[in-house]
Amino acid sequence: MRRTSFGIVFVLMFAALVFAGCAKGGGGGSNAVLQVRGSDTELSLVQKLSEKFMENNQAKIAVTGGGSGTGIASLINGEIDMANASRPMEDKEISQAQDNNVNPMEFVVAMDGVSVIVNADNPVEQLTMDQIGAIYRGEITNWQEVGGNDQAISLYGRQNNSGTFVFFREHVLQGDYSADMKRMNGNAQIVEGVKADTAGIGYVGIGYVVDENGNQVGGLKVLKVAKDENSPYISPLNREEVLNGNYPVARPLYQYTNGKPEGSLLNFIKFELSETGQNIATKEGFFPVPQNLQQQNNANLGD
Amino acid sequence: MHNRKETLYEYFFFANAFTVIAVLLGILLLLVFNSYPAFLKISLTEFFTGLQWNPAGFENDSFGIVPLLVSTVVVTVGSMLFAVPLGVLTALYIAEIATPKEREIIKPVVEILAGIPSVVVGFFGIVVLGPIIARIFHLSNGLNAVNGSILLGVMALPTITSLAEDAITAVPDDYRQASLALGASRWETLIRVVLPAALSGIIAAIMLGMGRAIGETMTVLMATGNAPAMPDSILSSVRTMTATIAIELGEVPHNTTHYFVLFAVGLVLFIMTFLINLASDLILERYQEVER
Repeated sequence: MRRTSFGIVFVLMFAALVFAGCAKGGGGGSNAVLQVRGSDTELSLVQKLSEKFMENNQAKIAVTGGGSGTGIASLINGEIDMANASRPMEDKEISQAQDNNVNPMEFVVAMDGVSVIVNADNPVEQLTMDQIGAIYRGEITNWQEVGGNDQAISLYGRQNNSGTFVFFREHVLQGDYSADMKRMNGNAQIVEGVKADTAGIGYVGIGYVVDENGNQVGGLKVLKVAKDENSPYISPLNREEVLNGNYPVARPLYQYTNGKPEGSLLNFIKFELSETGQNIATKEGFFPVPQNLQQQNNANLGD
Repeated sequence: MHNRKETLYEYFFFANAFTVIAVLLGILLLLVFNSYPAFLKISLTEFFTGLQWNPAGFENDSFGIVPLLVSTVVVTVGSMLFAVPLGVLTALYIAEIATPKEREIIKPVVEILAGIPSVVVGFFGIVVLGPIIARIFHLSNGLNAVNGSILLGVMALPTITSLAEDAITAVPDDYRQASLALGASRWETLIRVVLPAALSGIIAAIMLGMGRAIGETMTVLMATGNAPAMPDSILSSVRTMTATIAIELGEVPHNTTHYFVLFAVGLVLFIMTFLINLASDLILERYQEVER
């Protein structure tokens, strides 16, 4: 009895190893599942798009998050078919990709207004870009300094694999984040953190503060943001102002493929950029791709 | 015929033991070879004394492991402060005081604790323990070292309790009888005779629990807030070495300094846990010699 059980354990161990090996090598075939990985901000949007796409097509698409940095690193390492990124690829990353025989091709799937959020109980309504930058750099540490209660500011941000982390650093901070910032794993965690923290401030994609019916999520306040003291304070919930570029922290949401997309990947991107696709993006709280970026998309699609 | 079979079995067992050692050596070599390139770019002094961890900075990258090391030590020591008294006293109760029926209830319950997935423990830390800590200490949020410590303590409890209980049960009954015969009370026997006799085994149990706490990743990643600043109190958000590796390894492009330095962090962690386990092994060995 003892002996046979040893044998069984061994057979099982080898079987597990073999299966693990197979599962890893499964990316290449023509019937393979398309792997899309990256931006947490884009995750639910691209998931919705792929679900709709799969209803009418043979293709299988698996969409996972992990952050823009994760998606881009996976594209560079040749592990996936398409990366979602809420920031553009850096020159350094493009050359790393080319060293690996990967030629990143850029698409813009939607526009996002990065929303600066505070707890609903916070009396602060609006901030300038400079103030937000100083708060996140750790130079302003009390809400009193920007017209709020006498309470230490508690910072919520993302891990550095997040495109939003990088975008915010380049466009708002222009410096390093305070080391005291809590590094959360995703937009949803920031939303939950700020909801529970009366002194909290966070930044998330607009898709995370708007529910399915276009209403603002409860427990939060979306701040109005001004370019500088002399500019108007604008809320990212105001569609027109985001689309005409007056909201200062708007950004394109990117997708990167290796070379010109083909087959079902090409069809999927075309679907995303179609009217149906863009309507889904709008329903998710994001904004449609503006004209000039549409032209870039078409050029990269080869139309 | 029979002998040949015996030797075959011997080889089989030797092969298994050898595999285990080969795996351990393999991991060590992997860590050494992958961390070595990091030190072509950054100095050992910066790595071991730098107070800033910001490997993908806006202008400058900094690779100081000290805040991560301090965070790890704070969370681990905190978890032991919580788990050691609770674990050892539970073990004493199970081994010496409990009636057989109580024992049959408490033991499995403690062991079930070991089976809770770490991600569930972390979730508990976010939604239940965090808000409680925030209320007690008048903080705006509870994602900090104390939260991580308590959760890790809970996770280390089963290891400490069951190993400590083994050590206490292993104390020969003669000792107790002798003590009681000399007129000592049951309480005195427990504290003055049984506990000291089992002490090296209990210390080994604590060390193994600590080894588990130091290497735990998911729970601390979820519950401690992950701010890579030098913690100025146990109520600060901290980021441990394990959480740093887990967070950053997914994102980092391969074969860059940042990539290699994460392996260096892993190597430091490996050496720390290895030393703790080695120490507990040595203590256990001494303890067994005393028994003989």
